[in-house]
Amino acid sequence: MNIFTRTYYIYRRWLKAVRLFLLAAGPGIIVMVADNDAGGITTYTATGAKYGLHLLWFLVLLGPVAYYVQEMTVRLGAVTKRGHAEAIFSAFGRFWGWFSLLDLVLTDWLTMITEFIGMTAAMSIFHVPRLLTIAVVWLVMGAMIFSGRYWTWEKIALLFVGINLIYIPAAFMVHPAVKDILYNSVVPHFPPGGFTNDLFFLLMANIGTTIAPWMLFFQQSSVVDKGLHEKDIAFGKIDTAIGSVFTVVVAMVLIIVTGKLLYGQPVNDAAVAATSIMPTSRVIGTLIAIGLFDAGLLGAICISLASSWAFGEIFGWAHSLNNKVKEAPWFYAYYFFDLMLAGTVVLIPRAPLVLITLFVQVIATTLLPAALVFLILLLNDKKTMGESVNTRWQNIVNIGIVAVIILLSTMYGISTLFPNMFK
Amino acid sequence: MLRNIFSNSYAKVREINDKYRTPGIEMSGGVKLALFALRLYLICLIGLSFYKFVTLLK
Repeated sequence: MNIFTRTYYIYRRWLKAVRLFLLAAGPGIIVMVADNDAGGITTYTATGAKYGLHLLWFLVLLGPVAYYVQEMTVRLGAVTKRGHAEAIFSAFGRFWGWFSLLDLVLTDWLTMITEFIGMTAAMSIFHVPRLLTIAVVWLVMGAMIFSGRYWTWEKIALLFVGINLIYIPAAFMVHPAVKDILYNSVVPHFPPGGFTNDLFFLLMANIGTTIAPWMLFFQQSSVVDKGLHEKDIAFGKIDTAIGSVFTVVVAMVLIIVTGKLLYGQPVNDAAVAATSIMPTSRVIGTLIAIGLFDAGLLGAICISLASSWAFGEIFGWAHSLNNKVKEAPWFYAYYFFDLMLAGTVVLIPRAPLVLITLFVQVIATTLLPAALVFLILLLNDKKTMGESVNTRWQNIVNIGIVAVIILLSTMYGISTLFPNMFK
Repeated sequence: MLRNIFSNSYAKVREINDKYRTPGIEMSGGVKLALFALRLYLICLIGLSFYKFVTLLK
């Protein structure tokens, strides 16, 4: 074989692999980027404004954590061909099944409200009325699923994923010192002031926004709906790894931008951050506002589907995006019900929206250990997983992650009773 | 009509409960311990979060 034939052979093999990857990719990238939803963007802007670049290392750590957790859902979905809700019911029985389903419904609904809050707040910067924003979102989300094809839905979702990366140019526009970014990204340390209750709350909010129960349900159901098999697991893992890089990059960019432009200012809302940045840089402020709207939309798309898939699996409804509305009426009815209910709450005058936003991340973090424990037990069940059962190394990493999250959640729980504990 | 919806839903829930009556996973000592610890953990943390929510609303 001469050099040309060999190069052509290698090139063809790689091209084939890339093509196969592009066919299998989607759920991982979508779930990871949707993870940077409106609540997430708010958390990152608040973190940057309060602590500057000091917590970049924490976000860098959360990337692999999110990857390891989500990668398990890829294997579980591809091997069992069942969604996460059905897997829990089937493995742990009705008590834990209902607990997980109701837990998902509650956190999803609260999170959906925060997505609508984010979207309406972002569009209000451009003087678009709340009602109009919500109506347009309902229309867009309705149009996405009416094709009755998973592929169409996924391509549109990937378009929104692309828009979510709009923040990246903003980081270059604030001219950060590369040395500072590198130092704060790789050297774990607490910001000046030490470990306080505020810092702890923000750390918990960052965990809550990076790993959430809906993500487990969404990615596993998405893997099943897409029809991935065991042979596609490797591609699913790469897909998830790329997504986790995106999610960390977007989070870091937001912290860099707000840490540079709003350091020391009280920011507890991404829309406020965008408005505050406008006088300094109209372009960056606009990018943040557009990104916030897109983040809310992407989050709402995935979260409403996570619940609909879960209900479909348990109640035995047809529950695939490959079904037309006539073929899966209850699946789509629940999808719209969730959407309408969350949007309507935002329109209610004097609804405690800030309190809801605040609590949704924390509730999600508190309930996350349950979802993670189920995941690890399922991934260790040889009968369920066969050859794809967790290896010893995966167990060490995953059990370590769960242990840390449980410890932090418990500390948070105690600190709510004794607020001055970390002061 | 409402009565029909409720009775159908109730029947469906009972059907689901029957279908998933027994856990499918092998109930080893480790699994039992993990589920027991989870129960305790959740009771404590949900209680604490609820307490915080109520006191913030006041």
